[in-house]
Amino acid sequence: MIVAIASGKGGTGKTTLAVNLALSMRRPVQLLDCDVEAPNVHLFLHPEVVGSEPAGILVPKVDGERCTLCGDCGELCQYNAIAILSNGLLVFKELCHGCGGCARVCPEDAIREELRPIGVVEHGRAGDVEVVTGRLNVGEALAPPLIRAVRARASRDRVVLIDAPPGTSCSMIAAIHGSDLVVLVTEPTPFGLNDLALAVEAVRALRLPFGVVINRAGSGDRRVHDYCTAEGLDLLAELPDDRRVAESYARGHVLVEDLHHTRPMFEALARRIEDRLARDRRAANPRDVACVRV
Amino acid sequence: MSVSEALPLALAHVGEALIPELVVISGKGGTGKTSVVASFAVLAGGAVLADCDVDAADLHLVLAPQIERREVFISGHEAVVRPDDCEGCGDCLDVCRFDALATRDGSSLPEVDPIACEGCGVCVHVCPLKAIDFVPRVCGEWFVSSTRCGPMVHARLGIAAENSGKLVSTVRAEARRVAAQSGRGLILIDGPPGIGCPVISATTGAAGVLLVTEPSVSGEHDVGRALALTRHFDIPAAVCVNRWDLCPEVTERIEDSAREHGAEIAGRIRYDPSVTTAQINGRTVVELGGPAADDIRRLWEHVNGWLTASFHQADP
Repeated sequence: MIVAIASGKGGTGKTTLAVNLALSMRRPVQLLDCDVEAPNVHLFLHPEVVGSEPAGILVPKVDGERCTLCGDCGELCQYNAIAILSNGLLVFKELCHGCGGCARVCPEDAIREELRPIGVVEHGRAGDVEVVTGRLNVGEALAPPLIRAVRARASRDRVVLIDAPPGTSCSMIAAIHGSDLVVLVTEPTPFGLNDLALAVEAVRALRLPFGVVINRAGSGDRRVHDYCTAEGLDLLAELPDDRRVAESYARGHVLVEDLHHTRPMFEALARRIEDRLARDRRAANPRDVACVRV
Repeated sequence: MSVSEALPLALAHVGEALIPELVVISGKGGTGKTSVVASFAVLAGGAVLADCDVDAADLHLVLAPQIERREVFISGHEAVVRPDDCEGCGDCLDVCRFDALATRDGSSLPEVDPIACEGCGVCVHVCPLKAIDFVPRVCGEWFVSSTRCGPMVHARLGIAAENSGKLVSTVRAEARRVAAQSGRGLILIDGPPGIGCPVISATTGAAGVLLVTEPSVSGEHDVGRALALTRHFDIPAAVCVNRWDLCPEVTERIEDSAREHGAEIAGRIRYDPSVTTAQINGRTVVELGGPAADDIRRLWEHVNGWLTASFHQADP
């Protein structure tokens, strides 16, 4: 089961939710930090890192002996990553998306592919929670290949929680694609509402089941609630605005451990999510009635 | 001397319209970039505004732009299978590295998932029957508008669309054109979160970057990565901690570390519920007034002076 925690707007509490949910689920959890430009899960869970490997994009490496400068590769490349000069090929590796087209079209078999690392994927453990973190190298533009590499480590026998990057563009899509449930976190402000509506459009375009969590409830106005009602959205939880929470979070504390009054809130949300997953699964497989636990 | 006064000097030397751009970014999202930019728009009085957070744009909610020009943003291509010409050989399925082609419901005819398609064209190339079209892709829209604070260029990325970086570049280029045409001396850019493609597109070559962060371990971590990015691309950077009093010790740590990395410490903004009140009322923080408004005014004075100085240094 894969549950992605996402939001259109940044700073609505995705990481806080992901971390505290990870400690509130009934079954063992694997937490994937797919916000590879700004990964923050490790600041709260401090996983003991047990492995780290580079991840990246397969980029062309040209054999100058074989290349006849025919130009087929440059013509195919849609990303302007290959320039044909009079004395050889010039490859702009940072523009390459790794489609493999150049190697495929080369009539001389002069192009091999090699991995160009754009970041690392770290595996770690924090108590019972398995943590996988993607960290994009500074200066790298393309995050989705690294996000896909993190997603490829998704466990089959744990509940997988994904901390997604903000927005609605290709990075967010790569992080939430194929989830069993997307939890959209927002705040009750005009910016929160605007970006929630964009995120709802995105998850609907992907045809993914989703629900909404309103964080810092009480700090703004009722327009997000009205929107959720009008659209018939599944409001999974409202987490009240609380300065103690902001201060605890600021210092890197885990809320369910530092502020005990928050534990029942996150446990209730975890139960809501588990129930929703079970319900969706029953709806998809009506005969599989025994399957109520997630 | 303000940035706009300094401009003719710069122009005289370089002989072309070089208009300073101030880009507000953060690393971590939700730290208050847009609230700061909207207030700066009021305080600068006549800058060109550009919202480069193209996939979650919010500046328009405060500045209420009147759209005067609307353009479709077309970038790259996408593959479209013509089912009548396809015989279902499956070659395209084998070559797609982005899992964008699949067959459904027992049919052997492939369908393209436009969201997954990266527009590489490899399937188009390998199809033995040439049954895959490669059509220009509409990735969003961009607008030139007028606001109570000056002209504004903004955009809306298509849902789940690619090429946000190119749309950011388009918005920036149009803002420069509007500024040159209207003789305005400053471009204020509301940047995206993160450090990837759209941030790089929004910041490279700018006169200065203001990093707005928050005093949390996440804010500290992410502003560190954003500062590493500005150093990587050699862009002058200044730092402001928003809601600094939520955690004074982390504020100090962020400022110490920023100083060590050669960034300007531009100011602090207090936690103030009137920031949310302003947003709810569709006004900027400085228009509403309050403690945070006072802090933002001081911040603007500092940033304006700093930007002018670094702009002169870069183009003497």
